[in-house]
Amino acid sequence: MSVLKVENLNAWFGDNHVVKNISLDYKANTISAIIGPSGCGKSTFVRCLNRIHEEVPSAKVSGAVYLQGKNIYGPGVDAVTIRKNIGMVFQKPTPFPAMSVLDNVLVGLRFQGMCKKTTLMEIAEACLKKAALWDEVKDKLNQPGTSLSGGQQQRLCIARTLAVNPPVLLMDEPTSALDPISTAKIEELMDNLKNEYTVIIVTHNMQQAARIADYTSFFILGDLIEHGPSSEIFTNPKNKKTEDYVTGRFG
Amino acid sequence: MLESLPCRRMQNRQDLITLWLMRWLAAMIVLLLILLVILLCKLALPAISKFGLGFILSDTWNPITEEFGAFPFIIGTLITSFMALLMAAPLSVSVALFICEICPKQLGRLLGTFVEMIAAVPSIVFGLWGIFSLAPWVQNVVTPFLKNTLGFLPFFQGPSYGIGVLTASLILSIMITPTICTFCREVFNTIPSQTKEAALALGATRFEMIKIAILKPSYSGMIAGIVLGLGRALGETMAVAMVIGNTSRLSLSIFAPGSTMASVIANEYAEASNAIHLASLGYIALLLLAITLIINSFARFIIWKWTPKI
Ligand SMILES: Nc1ncnc2c1ncn2[C@@H]1O[C@H](COP(=O)(O)OP(=O)(O)O)[C@@H](O)[C@H]1O
Ligand SMILES: [Mg+2]
Repeated sequence: MSVLKVENLNAWFGDNHVVKNISLDYKANTISAIIGPSGCGKSTFVRCLNRIHEEVPSAKVSGAVYLQGKNIYGPGVDAVTIRKNIGMVFQKPTPFPAMSVLDNVLVGLRFQGMCKKTTLMEIAEACLKKAALWDEVKDKLNQPGTSLSGGQQQRLCIARTLAVNPPVLLMDEPTSALDPISTAKIEELMDNLKNEYTVIIVTHNMQQAARIADYTSFFILGDLIEHGPSSEIFTNPKNKKTEDYVTGRFG
Repeated sequence: MLESLPCRRMQNRQDLITLWLMRWLAAMIVLLLILLVILLCKLALPAISKFGLGFILSDTWNPITEEFGAFPFIIGTLITSFMALLMAAPLSVSVALFICEICPKQLGRLLGTFVEMIAAVPSIVFGLWGIFSLAPWVQNVVTPFLKNTLGFLPFFQGPSYGIGVLTASLILSIMITPTICTFCREVFNTIPSQTKEAALALGATRFEMIKIAILKPSYSGMIAGIVLGLGRALGETMAVAMVIGNTSRLSLSIFAPGSTMASVIANEYAEASNAIHLASLGYIALLLLAITLIINSFARFIIWKWTPKI
């Protein structure tokens, strides 16, 4: 079943056309990777999917993105509601400064006006467990989020996003700033996330895409060159450019 | 290797000269401050030896009987400064937020420049404006309004002549707004856009984003800006001296005239009737210097505590 359906999506920064007429379909409970040389619009594309792109002053978008059948760019649709349903993890860990580990996890729920203490604690524990962080932080929930290591901070950001319980999860190169051990931990936890969420992950690391993603899309300069099951993209690509890229002859 | 040797020696000599020059200049600045304090102490010495620390709490100021005390002026300074802060701090923070986060970039830059230009207006111009525009407005509009709403409190009773503590505080609040606002803008601009986007991506409204991603981490920075503004308000002289009314009588009412440490010095040093009068003014100057130094060090301390975290 399709959870997120992208139709003729275009994005610009001023006159710079960076995402060109992309149509894609994301099925529920899958992990899809986006690969491509840097500057090809991968980040911009995923940022269009939760309407964060429009926060950049010169940004423009056209096209449609259907979340469970409803166009997020439709008239009268509130970006805030959309973002509660499509979570995002950024390249650099972004724990909120001056907030404890626990507050960082729960901040999204506070936006939704939830404040019953016992429920909040249960959710926090569950999300930290899903993010494979609970054992490491259960004794320092009240320390500042910024006091954790980079890899822990990134998992904290994942937990924070899960707490809001969005059906779709976007990740923009979530491991590119991390060490190999943290990267392995995040790849491992992503495999479990698949049971409950639909995940779209941008990565410049092709091994990572091959390891964790069910589907892979390949972008060059804002164009979608090829999309298909990861096994096909990496072993038997149809497009010559994809083949050059995945075999390392280009990019 | 051989060729570069003399050249390097030259450079070393230049470096050495620059280094020593810098050291001397730095030492001179420290020396200047110390000298200033010593001279002030010398000026104030007769008053210090005559009145001692009791000077601070004594509220007589009588040049004829040669009895002097700084209490009314210290109170005047503290009250006008804190009232000014009470008005300027929320205003400055909101303006800074508006400039940094809400209005379009171009307009923000324009507004920012405009606010900074307020800081460049000479004190005397504010004073004149205070006498001719602000004072009548305070007398005819603000005072009746406050009396009607809060008149049951002793602070809002008694007649208003326009000139007085309230008018001085209003002028001060306008004068310190640029200091606080500019500082807060710098603090807000250190917040990376990723933090703001992270908040929005969690489903925060703009208001919630400002609360958790901007205001919360900027807390100590904002306090530092406010304390710097306080430092400025404590020492501000000319405009205050023109609109505060200059009396050493203490009054509970903010409509009544008053006096600050800076304004009493400006008003009386030229016509000081005798040596002890002049020394007392010097003593007040010394106290004022001490207060502003302490306040500013406090602000620096907060800034220093807060800097490594960003
Ligand atoms: N904030 C921005 N303002 C203007 N142009 C931008 C901005 N962010 C990215 N771009 C441009 O958009 C293009 C695509 O960038 P991006 O989506 O970040 O690529 P990728 O994530 O694939 O490396 C680049 O050419 C970049 O210069
Ligand atoms: Mg990118």
